[in-house]
Amino acid sequence: MAHSGINILFEGRNFTRLLGGLWISAKIAVIAIILGILLGIIFGALRTLHNPVLRFVLRIYLEFFRIVPTVVLLFLFYYILPKNFNMNLGAETVAILVFTLWVAAEMSDIVRGGLISVPPHQVEAGEAIGLNRLQLYYYVLLPQSIKLMIPATINLTSRVIKTTSLLLLISVMDVINIGQQIIEANSQHYQNGAFWVYGFIFILYFILCYPLSLWARHIERKELAENA
Amino acid sequence: MPDKLLTVSHLNKSYGKKPVLHDINLEVEKASVTVLLGPSGSGKSTLIRCLNGLEDFQSGQIDFMDQTIKPGFKKWQPIRQHIGMVFQSYDLFPNRTVLDNILLGPLKVQKRDKHEATEQAMQLLKEVQLADYANVYPRQLSGGQKQRIAIVRALALKPEFMLFDEVTASLDPEMVRGVLEVMLQLAHQKMTMLVVTHEMNFAQQIADQVLFLEAGKIVEASSGQTFFTQPKTERAQEFLNSMAF
Repeated sequence: MAHSGINILFEGRNFTRLLGGLWISAKIAVIAIILGILLGIIFGALRTLHNPVLRFVLRIYLEFFRIVPTVVLLFLFYYILPKNFNMNLGAETVAILVFTLWVAAEMSDIVRGGLISVPPHQVEAGEAIGLNRLQLYYYVLLPQSIKLMIPATINLTSRVIKTTSLLLLISVMDVINIGQQIIEANSQHYQNGAFWVYGFIFILYFILCYPLSLWARHIERKELAENA
Repeated sequence: MPDKLLTVSHLNKSYGKKPVLHDINLEVEKASVTVLLGPSGSGKSTLIRCLNGLEDFQSGQIDFMDQTIKPGFKKWQPIRQHIGMVFQSYDLFPNRTVLDNILLGPLKVQKRDKHEATEQAMQLLKEVQLADYANVYPRQLSGGQKQRIAIVRALALKPEFMLFDEVTASLDPEMVRGVLEVMLQLAHQKMTMLVVTHEMNFAQQIADQVLFLEAGKIVEASSGQTFFTQPKTERAQEFLNSMAF
């Protein structure tokens, strides 16, 4: 019997299950990005202070999360936390935790880079009118560096969304995991199910990430035009 | 006996082992204008920056109003509200409009009433002929306009004392006059001022007291008129000759 492989997507509840999986992936990404950015702004600001101990600790933290592959981080937190620290976290919670810490680390570097690119004269002008340190960051440094941080932050966001595809490794029911289940369950009737399911997932990720990449490019161009 | 606003006694400062200010003693009377002169690298800017804590110093002390400031002093923030400073490179905040630049200090540092602060800001803008520019961004202004706004931003805190650090040094020649006139006008309004400048004619007009610095030392301190007509030291004489054209 000749049937089109694309129908695998519409068998039973397959379509809504895939979208449900995407929802889980997106939810983890969004929560981690929001928490990570907030935490990263604080870490980034702290890294511009003249406290050598604090700077060293935050630097080590950044390097740890940048050097160690995300998969390894996920395994570390998923298998070691419950065993050695007696913390029983669900897979989704572990995913959010790891991604948040990762985003915060990367973000701290973006924020620090933006902050130190503000000319020191601006800080002195702020100090001269009596601003305290917190006010300096809030009214002078952050507003002037945010434009510089936005493109890199958007790129980080799309990296985080893409990296959610690793979550199946710690058994999160994300879109990839559900896709695999669908392929296996339908392998009798749909020999080339993998093509259609992964093709569909490709399109889903594309829809999530491509607008972000366009947005980042648009902002960078605008910035260039403004500075020209 | 006129009132003293600021006294600096035996102030020393060095960068590492390199001394930049050596045994500085000076007094500034209320409502007077003190001009700091000297060749580049003589420590004029460093000295003026010590007076509002942008630079620290290693020994000596500063007495300002009723506060004694010793090396390592940390609580500059309340003092800075009484000291306005204007820089060579204006340093307006590019992301804020002219009015928001001016109001940042009064509203966020001094927590003053927005209505009252705005009224005062607009009055000051009128005095420097820039009332029409309240809502533009600094990048739309010329250097001279920016510098007059920077002066207004400092004045908005209602300071007792104003520091001017080579404020016309990076301006186009035709912009210099407008800024100097604002400073002269301030002097007439009895503002206490300390001015670092290379504009000799202006210095001669405005100075009640001239301090001549060389290699981190005050080589000569005299009244404005005396310094320009009968400099006591040979170095001051040479300096004045080198500046005359």
